[in-house]
Amino acid sequence: MKFTLSWLKKHLDTGASLEEIVDKLTMIGLEVESVEDRAKALAPFTVAKVISAEKHPNADRLKVCMVDTGAGAPVQVVCGAPNARAGLKSVFAAPGTYIPGKKITLGVGKIRDVESRGMLVSEAELMLSDNHDGIIELGEDAPVGKPFAALMGLDDAVLDVAVTPNRADCLGVSGIARDLAAARLGDLKDKPIKPIPGKFPCPVKVKLEFGATPSLCPAFALRLIRGVKNGPSPDWAQQKLRAIGLRPINALVDITNLLTYDRARPLHVFDAAKVKGDLVVRRAKPGEKLLALDGRTYELDPDICVIADGRGVESLAGIMGGEESGVSESTTDVLVESALWEPANIAQTGRKLGIVSDARFRFERGVDPQFTLPGLELATQLILEMCGGEPSEVVLAGEIPDSSRVIDFPLGHVKKLSGLEASATETRRALEALGCVVAGAGETVKVSPPSWRADIEGKADLVEEVVRILGVERVPSTPFERGEAARKPVLTTIQKRTRAAKRALAANGLVEAVTWSFISKPQTELFGGGNAALALANPIAAELSDMRPSLVPGLALAAQKNADRGFADVALFEVGQIFAGDRPEDQLTAATTVRRGAAKAAATGRHWSGSAGAVDAFDAKADALAVLAAAGAPVEKLQIVPGGPEFLHPGRSGKIQLGPKLILGWFGELHPATLEALDVEGPIAVSEVILERIPEPKARPTRTKPKLELSPFQPVSRDFAFVVDRGVTADAVVRAAESADKALIVAVDVFDLYEGKGIEAGKKSIAIAVTLQPREKTLTDAEIDAVAAKIVAEVTKRTSAVLRA
Amino acid sequence: MSDLKKLEAELLGAVAAAGDEAALEAVRVAALGKKGSVSELLKTLGAMTPVERKEKGPLINGLKDKVTEAITARRDALRKAAMRQQLAADTVDVTLPVRAAPAERGRIHPVSQVIDEITAIFADMGFAVAEGPDIETDFYNFTALNFPPDHPARDMHDTFFFNPKPDGERLLLRTHTSPVQIRTMQAQKPPIKVVIPGRTYRCDSDQTHTPMFHQVEGLVIDKSSHLGHLKWILAEFCKAFFEVDDVKMRFRPSFFPFTEPSMEVDIQCDRSGGEVRFGEGNDWLEILGCGMVHPNVLRNVGLDPDEYQGFAWGMGIDRIAMLKYGMPDLRAFFEADVRWLRHYGFRPLDFPTLAGGLSI
Repeated sequence: MKFTLSWLKKHLDTGASLEEIVDKLTMIGLEVESVEDRAKALAPFTVAKVISAEKHPNADRLKVCMVDTGAGAPVQVVCGAPNARAGLKSVFAAPGTYIPGKKITLGVGKIRDVESRGMLVSEAELMLSDNHDGIIELGEDAPVGKPFAALMGLDDAVLDVAVTPNRADCLGVSGIARDLAAARLGDLKDKPIKPIPGKFPCPVKVKLEFGATPSLCPAFALRLIRGVKNGPSPDWAQQKLRAIGLRPINALVDITNLLTYDRARPLHVFDAAKVKGDLVVRRAKPGEKLLALDGRTYELDPDICVIADGRGVESLAGIMGGEESGVSESTTDVLVESALWEPANIAQTGRKLGIVSDARFRFERGVDPQFTLPGLELATQLILEMCGGEPSEVVLAGEIPDSSRVIDFPLGHVKKLSGLEASATETRRALEALGCVVAGAGETVKVSPPSWRADIEGKADLVEEVVRILGVERVPSTPFERGEAARKPVLTTIQKRTRAAKRALAANGLVEAVTWSFISKPQTELFGGGNAALALANPIAAELSDMRPSLVPGLALAAQKNADRGFADVALFEVGQIFAGDRPEDQLTAATTVRRGAAKAAATGRHWSGSAGAVDAFDAKADALAVLAAAGAPVEKLQIVPGGPEFLHPGRSGKIQLGPKLILGWFGELHPATLEALDVEGPIAVSEVILERIPEPKARPTRTKPKLELSPFQPVSRDFAFVVDRGVTADAVVRAAESADKALIVAVDVFDLYEGKGIEAGKKSIAIAVTLQPREKTLTDAEIDAVAAKIVAEVTKRTSAVLRA
Repeated sequence: MSDLKKLEAELLGAVAAAGDEAALEAVRVAALGKKGSVSELLKTLGAMTPVERKEKGPLINGLKDKVTEAITARRDALRKAAMRQQLAADTVDVTLPVRAAPAERGRIHPVSQVIDEITAIFADMGFAVAEGPDIETDFYNFTALNFPPDHPARDMHDTFFFNPKPDGERLLLRTHTSPVQIRTMQAQKPPIKVVIPGRTYRCDSDQTHTPMFHQVEGLVIDKSSHLGHLKWILAEFCKAFFEVDDVKMRFRPSFFPFTEPSMEVDIQCDRSGGEVRFGEGNDWLEILGCGMVHPNVLRNVGLDPDEYQGFAWGMGIDRIAMLKYGMPDLRAFFEADVRWLRHYGFRPLDFPTLAGGLSI
């Protein structure tokens, strides 16, 4: 909401400085977004008179002008404007002046060999408008040498206030002035508006026709003013509009714009000569169209409220008028409309048609119903002043709704809700200054908010008004006791797992990324998603259209992007949401890793001590296990099963599970087809663990750890090498060995794996070290041999292994 | 006696002259071996008279001790010299680079770190951490939060929608973390003290907006907490978070459908240098919105606004991270550029605590 300081002062009698006004506005909730002090920027531009304008000797379109600037001898200026002519008064800028519209500082220059010592400027060059057809033309009486801004009333600060959606009343300068007056920054100039008696009945009748459907128009007031002379509005009106960035059109239109900004009261004017018969306010019929004042044609439907006449739709209610019935300089009889509309319907229609107008902006926020008729009277008064004419009586269709209401307000509620100590007197005064009627003398008073404050519904709203007007800074900062509750952990299991997983993965050398929660549809399909319920109706881009079923695609693409920038060996992780469906319980937390190139955990890339080699399924497995351990999964019970989801290499991937029904995660190298579909280059090894799938830890009554059992006897280690079929897993060999003596065997480690020369094709050699821990006495050689024999027997039996000699 | 002295001089000279352990061993055998010169002298003691023995015994034994000592010392010296020589040839180039430990290479994203910082501060004040789903209903995201249907306040949230279901319901991506206020108030009875961090979405993308960002929300519901307490909590938070002794905050009335009264909060800072400094300067920087929970919101979750009251606040996690740590561009947060992540990210063991300092 833009307005000038002098405009504000038409409504507020104040001695406050601009700075005080700006500060106060911000502190009462009318945040000043910018203050444009144009007097400063326009100060160097002065009135000058062109004494002569001769054709440039070397250019057809340029003129060499002698200009009287009011300061000494005439100055020679080369000018390209077609309207530069002897006798013209225009605006001059001396060398050294900054020209805002051109973003240059003027110098003395030669244009086609003729010296030019300054410039005559256009409105566009001063950023007053986009008019660059010629230099500014001033009136005969403009005083040469004087500042141009003051002459045009442009030396006025322009304030831009961000009005929040609840403050429809402050979309007019008078509302802003009222708030400032309430905050004791001046006195409101609230002149009563006198009704202007009609000289004759209004010849056009108005009907509200909504049939059985809900009415979209509570009230519609209309009056004809005949015999007007429409034309440019007076300078003061044009200056006001220009100052806030509006283009003056003609007096009748300018008056509606002035009242929109002055009183937050949008109006509409029809050229009565172009209106056929009576006006009907109704829902549009399917297929009806309107060519609106913005030059565009809109298709209408029955959810849109229109004003129609004998010919058809003439205006979009509360949003924009129609081109056909609009006023022009030749208008002699004008119909002035002041109406009330359903705010929600206006918002809907505006959104549907994509029209942003000053009228819509106000009607959808709610205009003051009680100002419907005074607004019309004020418009009449301005029209009579500017255009003359003779007004008809006012016709009113529908009725002005009764917006009065009474709120029981305990004065102590201010302190209870805000902590601010306010006396009854100042509380009452603040409310009254805002237009409330406060009745009663006790602790609980009856407050009737004014008609222009539909946003004040209850006690809390009144507290806000009091606090706002008395000053938020008066609310005392009050220590918030944390109470005597024991200091307990506040994080939930999943929150703890999430942070533990992040730290564990970063400690494994991975870098945490945060990627978009939405990815492209083909990518979701590639990674087991593609649920139509998870597709956005209005994605911001095609590649950000569907909620992700996995974090792998986002991270794999990010890894590739880094590779494209020259960082081929990257290890990224993310712990974040994935979506299996659209219910809250379908949202899970994945801890996902992507390693690319030679970004292994122990070492990355090339190094003098030995290069890292390509990432593989085991790097991914280590990452997944690190997450599981950090997140508190029962690591010793986890089962690793070959093979993973389809987007992984079938022979180089595995699942991590607690039984076949509880899959905690998976790991492996990306399938070559996946690499191709994502358009990324391998090798890429990935892992993903679903943190919610980890069983909830058992509650423990104390924090004591189990007793440490230390055996006084030395452990014994024996090595075995077995030849098994290639398809036999190391896990099977280890488990077989473990089963030989569950009491004595405490560890089985795979320390060698060999295929190739010396081993039959299709077979492999697995070497294990078995650690025996005696607990009662030192083992004899015979006892050790007996266990060893049992180990060989078990492994041979369960895996068809052959002990290597 | 001069014989003994002479022998001593000879032997000590030989010890000193021995160039290696073998030569020294030869000297030892020649002096102290079975037939050695000193051993031979010792043997003569047996044939001596007690008087003679009493006189010569100490002298000969003294000679033996001196020579033994000299040999030991010399052997030690020779060994050390030999080791020095050996080690002198055994060198590595210690300037060769070592591999960085994995924990040195890994990084935590600033968003995660800042969430941990926020959690540390509010956990200390007795707040729990609540979370909710990203895919929300219109009820939780708007209606329950007192956004009237078709009100322009809804337009201020550029909402991502899903396609309508057969029953007409249209889910959306939450535009703020406030729906979790509703879920929390539905799930637990007051007193409530929670902070709510999470991802939020708006279909908006430019220099300072990304379609996805992070917010943290706070909610307190009891029977007496008021704006003054909110002021105090936010000031305490800002001091702790920005790690400064004092911050000047400015509360400005504003509007949110779900709070009444509503405020926006600016923090005083100095932006004259390249970086933002808090607690000094003349600039006001908006950092959060807050207010007393609107009576309609309380009613919507079945709480009587005449009995219960409380406040809520919300701020952008990415934004306060940028303010504290100086990242110039929000969009870079989500680009996964390892150069940015290594530079602005945090070491895995830099866990923020109030005891050790959040970031020091």
